[in-house]
Amino acid sequence: MTEEKFRLDRQTMALRVAREFQDGNVINLGIGIPVLASNFVPAGREVVFHSENGVLGFGEVTNVGEGDPDFVNAGGQTVKIIPGTSFFDHDESFTIVRGGHLDICVLGAFQVSEKGDLANWMVPERKTGTIGGAMDLALGAKRLIVTMNHVTKEGEPRVVKECTYPITALACVDLIVTDIAVIEVTANGLVLKEVAPSWSPEEVQKHTEPRLIVSPECREIEL
Amino acid sequence: MPINKVVASFDEAVADIRDGATIMIGGFGTVASCPSCLLEALARKGVKDLVTISNTTGFGSDVWKLLGYKFAEDADILFRNGMVKKAIAAAPVSSIYQNTFEKLLRAGKVGVEMVPQGTLAERIRAAKAGLGPVYIPVGVGTVVEEGKEKREFNGRAYLLEHPLTADFALIKAHQGDRWGNLTYRRTSRTFNATMAGAAKVTIAEVDELVELGEIDPECVVTPMAYVDRIVLRPKEAAGEDKPISEQALESHRRFQERGSA
Repeated sequence: MTEEKFRLDRQTMALRVAREFQDGNVINLGIGIPVLASNFVPAGREVVFHSENGVLGFGEVTNVGEGDPDFVNAGGQTVKIIPGTSFFDHDESFTIVRGGHLDICVLGAFQVSEKGDLANWMVPERKTGTIGGAMDLALGAKRLIVTMNHVTKEGEPRVVKECTYPITALACVDLIVTDIAVIEVTANGLVLKEVAPSWSPEEVQKHTEPRLIVSPECREIEL
Repeated sequence: MPINKVVASFDEAVADIRDGATIMIGGFGTVASCPSCLLEALARKGVKDLVTISNTTGFGSDVWKLLGYKFAEDADILFRNGMVKKAIAAAPVSSIYQNTFEKLLRAGKVGVEMVPQGTLAERIRAAKAGLGPVYIPVGVGTVVEEGKEKREFNGRAYLLEHPLTADFALIKAHQGDRWGNLTYRRTSRTFNATMAGAAKVTIAEVDELVELGEIDPECVVTPMAYVDRIVLRPKEAAGEDKPISEQALESHRRFQERGSA
């Protein structure tokens, strides 16, 4: 039954994430859905993207083979230089991350707990994973937005009471954007702020392990 | 006598790297930021039981050749040749490609210490700056905190992380002069500049050797005191032609779709 219901696709989730970007924000986008958000910066707003490998301010991903191999994003894709770009070494790059100089970071996730704990670096079944810069970014950014499908392929909730996957960082997530809902992590618990078209708060709750506080202003996701 | 850190060949530059040495390998993970020729020379020399310190453990030359790189060797060449006993890395395995390191790890033939990327950079910096251990908040509540001292300052928990030094740092730079001043190109600076000076001996592979004074003093990124040896990368790679593996072809297709991890 739920299989037939409307769900946001990857591009649309990225579009919703990008609506959080405010003028002047310094933003780091993780690999996957997050990086797609760079295509949807709201018109008239100027933001600056940071990448772990030592750059602030870069343009779009180039066509394969057309970019400068010495200018890549954190996913290794070549990107375009823009006026204002700056380069620095890895230590400086993570001084920016860990020193609280990023306004927003957007990461993918396997699970988020009701306290805002994040698990996104390792699938237990794979027996190994890669920490990379995820732990630094999760803890360092002023505001952490997580984007993921609301449930696993098997239909299990990804928004959980306690993460069962290995933790990336504790109490770090501020906003969860899924394919059916937008949820804010607050001191009082998880607040359901938006639902996907055709979804009711009760239906979202059925796919969410912890209890959701339905915001009085809860509405359909504006796309 | 004039200072001259320029070494004539890559083989000469790595000649004193012995079995059991700890080696920092610069770069982010992309081969353009990697000291390819130094790694090739080290593989030719054939030492064993190395401990590597690097961001990734390499993807292998097949992957990079498909993307059109002439200089295509990364850290993978050391694992392929069975030269490494332990890797200290932030991103040792990839989400889209099983590299040689992961195969060795699953076979129990290599050890690993996984370190958050910023902690890796900071531990290297601590060694370079002559610091002792550093309190770092990243990793609290995760696997990273196992076995480490945890302490609170102003209500926030931190882990005590020790400096990371090495016998040799192999790095890739863009320009270098005979004193050892270095510049880098764009995002290929990354761990190269961070590692310069953090090991007992820092060896830089450069695209261009320039005359002393040619690099604008305002633009020197790594000052000469951090660098011991410089070797010039040739214009053309020597490499032999061999067929590209099916796995590399599949990885290439996935990389083009979404980038790597």
